[in-house]
Amino acid sequence: MGIVTYREAINEALREEMERDDKVFLLGEDVGAFGGAMAVTKGLYEKFGSKRIMDMPISESVIIGSALGCALTGLRPVAEIMFIDFTCVCMDQIVNQVAKIRYMLGGQVRVPLVIRTPGGAGKSYAAQHSQSLESWFVHTPGIKVVMPSTPYDAKGLLKSCIREDNPIMFIEHKLLYNTKGEIPDGDYTIPIGKADIKREGNGVTIATYSRMVLFALEAANILEKEGISVEVIDLRTLSPLDMDVILDSVKKTGHLLTVEEGNKILGVGAEIVSRVLEKAFDYLDAPPRRLASRDVPIPFNRDLEGAVLPDVQKIIFEVNELLNKEKKCH
Amino acid sequence: MEVELTDKDKKDFLKTMLRIRHFEEKVYQLYLTTDKLYGMSPHLSIGQEAVPTGVCKVLRKDDYIVSTHRGHGHCLTKGADMKFMIAEILGKETGYCKGRGGTMHIADVKNGILGANGIVGGGLPLATGVGISIKYRGTDQVCISFFGDGASNQGTFHESVNLCAAFKLPVIFVCENNIYALSTSISKVSATPNIADRAKGYDIPGVIVDGMDPIAIYEQAAKAVQRARKGDGPSIIEAKTYRFLGHGASDNRSYRTREEEREWKKKGPIVRFKKRLIEEGVMREEEIEMMEQEAKREVEEAVEYGLSSPEPDINDVEKYLYV
Repeated sequence: MGIVTYREAINEALREEMERDDKVFLLGEDVGAFGGAMAVTKGLYEKFGSKRIMDMPISESVIIGSALGCALTGLRPVAEIMFIDFTCVCMDQIVNQVAKIRYMLGGQVRVPLVIRTPGGAGKSYAAQHSQSLESWFVHTPGIKVVMPSTPYDAKGLLKSCIREDNPIMFIEHKLLYNTKGEIPDGDYTIPIGKADIKREGNGVTIATYSRMVLFALEAANILEKEGISVEVIDLRTLSPLDMDVILDSVKKTGHLLTVEEGNKILGVGAEIVSRVLEKAFDYLDAPPRRLASRDVPIPFNRDLEGAVLPDVQKIIFEVNELLNKEKKCH
Repeated sequence: MEVELTDKDKKDFLKTMLRIRHFEEKVYQLYLTTDKLYGMSPHLSIGQEAVPTGVCKVLRKDDYIVSTHRGHGHCLTKGADMKFMIAEILGKETGYCKGRGGTMHIADVKNGILGANGIVGGGLPLATGVGISIKYRGTDQVCISFFGDGASNQGTFHESVNLCAAFKLPVIFVCENNIYALSTSISKVSATPNIADRAKGYDIPGVIVDGMDPIAIYEQAAKAVQRARKGDGPSIIEAKTYRFLGHGASDNRSYRTREEEREWKKKGPIVRFKKRLIEEGVMREEEIEMMEQEAKREVEEAVEYGLSSPEPDINDVEKYLYV
């Protein structure tokens, strides 16, 4: 057992998987001796050398295409895109090539390919370095989407992703890198596609993921003092979505709030609410609510940025609205 | 570099080109006279047969190719089975992609054919990755990245050639410059209409070759492949060619004159090569006629196989999405 940061947990997963399997290698911008723009790959270049930690030019399309070419010919690449915003520059490679090729080729190939990239706002990086674009990839069949919130989940899930024969967007969060948590010694994995109940409760279900899990847990602590019992579900994987855990929770609590950092329109929350309405409408005591970022680009100014993003106070407000609505109904 | 070609090699060139030609003509006919392609307008390579014929002659079974939307000829020359190609074009369960891909996505991964591509320029980064993989695994394989004049103006062309040159990857970029990106002439949209000239900017070899002459193409491909196998890096080969039909089979070719087409057809790869083989005494007309009939028969058998093959089961529509 040991306490590590989210950044260290990811670094450990990479190192251990590279030690375990010499077909695993990293490629990306500044991932080598520099250690990555987010310092996630620090120390790996010294250990594995330039053959297995490949510094690439600022050519995102060829980074992803290269990873795909390697994945189709016997290797297990882990590509880093420095900011999720930069996936826009290589969207053809991700959406039209990586996600489609196995299906389009009638199952002739396996695509063991992980794209690691940090998303999220909160550092005043403004509109082109702060986005939460996960729902675009969830909307794309053929690529899985994993978004861990803790060091423990990050390490175990990344190991599973590297061992998986399907392509995966492994989306990290810039403001989680320095967060700490306990991880066990040695090898362990966490299955892709399984949500995790981070806090049990019976009054309200909050379905959330990535950094918002931390906010939801904080809000739940405060709400507990007001006598409101909140269950916090960490989705961990957005595609495929683990609806069973959400439905079981909603059937117990009768109340659903989704919290995400992405834009509200056509977001992850919209999908979860729809599915809950389809499958568990009769269990709901109030209309479900969605908390998400407001539908504007992420602004630079700290106060403006804060106004766009969900936070603990907004979660508390939403939970109270959810419960008040019920009172109004009766 | 002198490349010795035997009479048999030359006969093989003609045979390969005839197989492509009759395959493409049959697909065209199926498109025009039946609804078996569901209206999907195939991108036919009639007129361009010499390019893959010359290039793939140099390759081994364990080498790779990454193809384009006009990819039938590439697949046929790299060893794909005509039966499974036709079956795929007809959307059948027996097709290479189980009916999920169609004409634009034919692949035969076991033969190193990593797929045609529906996105112009979409395959070049993939080919670059194959080059990285070859170097990583330490083999002497090579990867051919076929692309067209249209793709040469995509950003992926620059990204891919630049990286292959920087890393000295065993990738040969074979440009089939057929002048038109759909209707747009390369000379209208590029100040450097010779794609091979761009090689200078990457410090790699770039050659222009008569894209209607399989031997000339073979000779250049042999040099480039030898260079790549030795670890000396990529090359660009630009084959000046012409597609005799439109971009897709439905294209009425309003952007070019019939005179221009007639001129190119006079220097077509098959008509010229037949004449050459007769003049050199390599083949007699009757032999060529027999070869022609043989190619037609193979195509007919493939079509028969395709047409009599089962449709995919609609209950399997999600199959192959994930492992």
